[in-house]
Amino acid sequence: MLRFLLGRVGLLIPTFLGVTLVAFSFIRLLPGDPAELLAGERGISPERKAEVMEQLGFNKPYWQQYIDYVAGIFQGDLGVSFASKKPVLDEFLTLFPATAELALCAIIIAICLGIPAGIFAAVKRGSVADQAIMGTALVGYSMPIFWWGLLLIILFSGILQWTPVSGRISLLYFFPQVTGFMLIDSLLSGQKGAFLSAVQHLILPSIVLATIPLAVIARQTRSAMLEVLGEDYVRTARAKGLPPHQVVGLHALRNALIPVITTIGLQVGVLLAGAILTETIFSWPGIGKWLVDSISRRDYFVVQGGLLLIAGIIMVVNLIVDVLYGLVNPRIRHT
Amino acid sequence: MKNQPPAVSADLTQLEKESRSATKAQLAEFWYYFSQNKGAVVGLVIFSALVVVAALAPWVAPHDPGFQFRENFLTPPFWEDGGTTSFLLGTDAVGRDILSRLIYGARFSLFIGIIVVAVSLTGGIVIGLIAGYMRGIVDTLIMRLMDIILSFPSLLLALVLVAILGPGLVNAMIAIAIVLQPHFVRLTRAAVLAERNRDYVVAARVAGAGHIRLMFKTILPNCLAPLIVQATLAFSNAILDAAALGFLGMGAQPPTPEWGTMLSEAREFILSAWWVVTFPGIAILVTVLAINLVGDGLRDALDPKLKRS
Repeated sequence: MLRFLLGRVGLLIPTFLGVTLVAFSFIRLLPGDPAELLAGERGISPERKAEVMEQLGFNKPYWQQYIDYVAGIFQGDLGVSFASKKPVLDEFLTLFPATAELALCAIIIAICLGIPAGIFAAVKRGSVADQAIMGTALVGYSMPIFWWGLLLIILFSGILQWTPVSGRISLLYFFPQVTGFMLIDSLLSGQKGAFLSAVQHLILPSIVLATIPLAVIARQTRSAMLEVLGEDYVRTARAKGLPPHQVVGLHALRNALIPVITTIGLQVGVLLAGAILTETIFSWPGIGKWLVDSISRRDYFVVQGGLLLIAGIIMVVNLIVDVLYGLVNPRIRHT
Repeated sequence: MKNQPPAVSADLTQLEKESRSATKAQLAEFWYYFSQNKGAVVGLVIFSALVVVAALAPWVAPHDPGFQFRENFLTPPFWEDGGTTSFLLGTDAVGRDILSRLIYGARFSLFIGIIVVAVSLTGGIVIGLIAGYMRGIVDTLIMRLMDIILSFPSLLLALVLVAILGPGLVNAMIAIAIVLQPHFVRLTRAAVLAERNRDYVVAARVAGAGHIRLMFKTILPNCLAPLIVQATLAFSNAILDAAALGFLGMGAQPPTPEWGTMLSEAREFILSAWWVVTFPGIAILVTVLAINLVGDGLRDALDPKLKRS
């Protein structure tokens, strides 16, 4: 097991270095003059420009810049945002809980609805219910989520007036950030109505973000279940006279869940990409919106750091999923 | 041919005939399994209709997609109060006919899908064949590079690439093709690895086939099935991603009647004029759904594992 783990981590290191190289070089390929952007002045004087370039380290040769950059990463230094003049890592850590809360809620919705729907469809294979579930899943899978978000806003915020249009909580409430998760913080604050307001703000973005993972998980669960339900041991269990719910719930589901877990792990990338769109539509103050704004502002170090951190998160989650997979499935571990 | 004894040439014609009828039988079998899936057939019909509408856009569209009717800002669709039949789906904020813009928009979406799939599929196949066939250091380097691309969320990477290349439809297509390519590389490589030591490949090599022939003529045709399925997925992903980039202002630029760009222009009217927002989204959804239905049908028809069950 240790060898397996070390092997996986060993594979990760060159990929991570590659990611740093990509983030580093992309930023230098972006059009525009970093000195002008940082100084915030157009037609900057040559002396002032040289000064700013030196301050940024942009006057050194590229390889030197890259080494400084990688060395900085290991000290937690990802540069400073041009717009806010704050360290990129600090900004990321302030905004990340908002995205994490949204993504967690979305994946919980997706798992809690997707797995039962997939099981049900597989057990009732070919029935009207199966076709309805799979049809809905395909529609969800094909959904342009930015439009889906706008539709939900029209319906629930515009016509029904049940939910607010944007933000994380109503401006009426103010309390200190403890965990960064609005649902928990609002409960801790003890203010009446704060929790409800947080839920109202969270519900639409979570549904939008959950849509594609939900569809993927439902489809994957169904096909994994169908495969397992045809196996000999399931037939044996049935022949033994076990009640159907026990056959499905115990014998089949456990084995069917292995590929589903991998699929859930792969949804992290989908969630983070979806967060870019969802947060833009709902003005959700998370890293997706932060990155889109920074890209259009050409905020070099934010884009560079954001790319790196997001790729890092995806790589770590994939590693965890790989290891979990190895734990449940010894066949993988020993190859 | 000339110096061959008559018996051999008779065999050859016989063989050619047999191989032709075998291909025919394969196609018939394929169509049989594909048409078993009703959804796939519906998807194919919708998709074909879209292609026809897109091709005939100048004749089908009631108005010029860019023309601004100054008396008809934000006219609702014809069945609502204040709507008129000359603008079936209403007009947008500057008085352009939404139906005509959607019809012309179909051209952009299909064009994006075709170009992106062509570029990423060709690139992916060539790179994947090289990686799987050469093995060793070349393989490792290529696969690490693909891992790097896959460690970023596709939309984020596409956004940054477009920021580097400059916003616009062509650059958006390049970015999306780059982002979708690794999937084809991985699939091709995996298929090549499974095939390269099979007897027929060894036989071809012993018979003196060169590397290029072995890669493209001997191995590739036997790896096509998963690639075709992935290509339909990439087609719908390309349309979705291009629309998303357009929506974020980084894809096709206004006044191009691209569906995502139309949605982005319509955002400020979501609470006052629902039709400006609703119809472009339906267009995207229906197109992507039709392609995904076809993709599911292709998978059923091409996957031998499912056929037996």
